Amino acid sequence: MYDTSLWLGGKEFKSRLIVGTGKYPSFESMREALEASGAEIVTVAVRRVNLPGQGESLLDFIDTKRYTLLPNTAGCYTADEAIRTCYLAREAGLGTLVKLEVIGDSRTLFPDVEGLLEATRRLAREGFSVLPYTNDDPVTCKKLEDAGAAAVMPLGAPIGSGLGIRNPYNIKLILEAVTVPVIVDAGVGTASDAAIAMELGCDGVLMNTAIASAKDPVAMATAMKLAVEAGRLAFKAGRIGKKLYATASSPIEGVPDWSTS
Amino acid sequence: MRVTVNGKPMEIPDGLTVEGLLDHLRIRREYTAVALNREVTARSTYAETRLHDGDTVEIVHPMGGG
Repeated sequence: MYDTSLWLGGKEFKSRLIVGTGKYPSFESMREALEASGAEIVTVAVRRVNLPGQGESLLDFIDTKRYTLLPNTAGCYTADEAIRTCYLAREAGLGTLVKLEVIGDSRTLFPDVEGLLEATRRLAREGFSVLPYTNDDPVTCKKLEDAGAAAVMPLGAPIGSGLGIRNPYNIKLILEAVTVPVIVDAGVGTASDAAIAMELGCDGVLMNTAIASAKDPVAMATAMKLAVEAGRLAFKAGRIGKKLYATASSPIEGVPDWSTS
Repeated sequence: MRVTVNGKPMEIPDGLTVEGLLDHLRIRREYTAVALNREVTARSTYAETRLHDGDTVEIVHPMGGG
């Protein structure tokens, strides 16, 4: 079936699954899981190097010609910290497509909406393609779009929680509220969660823990690839309406008469 | 002189540049970025940017994350 591509930061992507690179048991299992996921975009954190010198490095295991790197601002609690982290990422050669996080609370890792909007506005003005991780709130998502976000990334549930898409109705409202791509970021626990996000009409799904912390990350990465594709296809195919009572699938006419009288 | 690099206080030769510090610490250049006293240092200025006593340096690179 014909499908359009996902466009982010002026680049075209066939895969609608974006995966993280954290929490894997080893760099080798990460490399295999990335391969199995079919993802073309992978997120990375920006952190201090070990001193002195650097040992094994994450990017020794990621083919940067093949994958687009999406640096995040995880761990930033203010717009200023997040903006400086994006500058560092750009200077490090990680590009200008950024996953913007401005965290408001360490227990839930819910976003600080005020800081998120300010950072989105400033980074977009400076030429970054900003993908903000945000609450599943249509009003905030619209404001982020107006602030120059290249996409909006509402959470399905708290980061790393695996609780799935807790508010599919809000995700639907977000899809109506904005014209930029909508990517569900965080909360996915298993394949059906990813399929649900895509069936709602989302443009993509971003996940890390669900794959990296699965018993078999490579198998889960494969499941997620298939789920995102299946959910996308089901959305494009157009699902039937929900009805309370049965509608027979077989003809009502022509049933043989087995009555004995 | 004394500077703080990635939170660690250290003694380095006087007049060292950012470039010199990266060599001194055997830091790979690829996918690495430096902030000096909270401001990101452009790669093109590493060789001419001299460090001063009390400076705070952050040297970062990509790590696994979601």
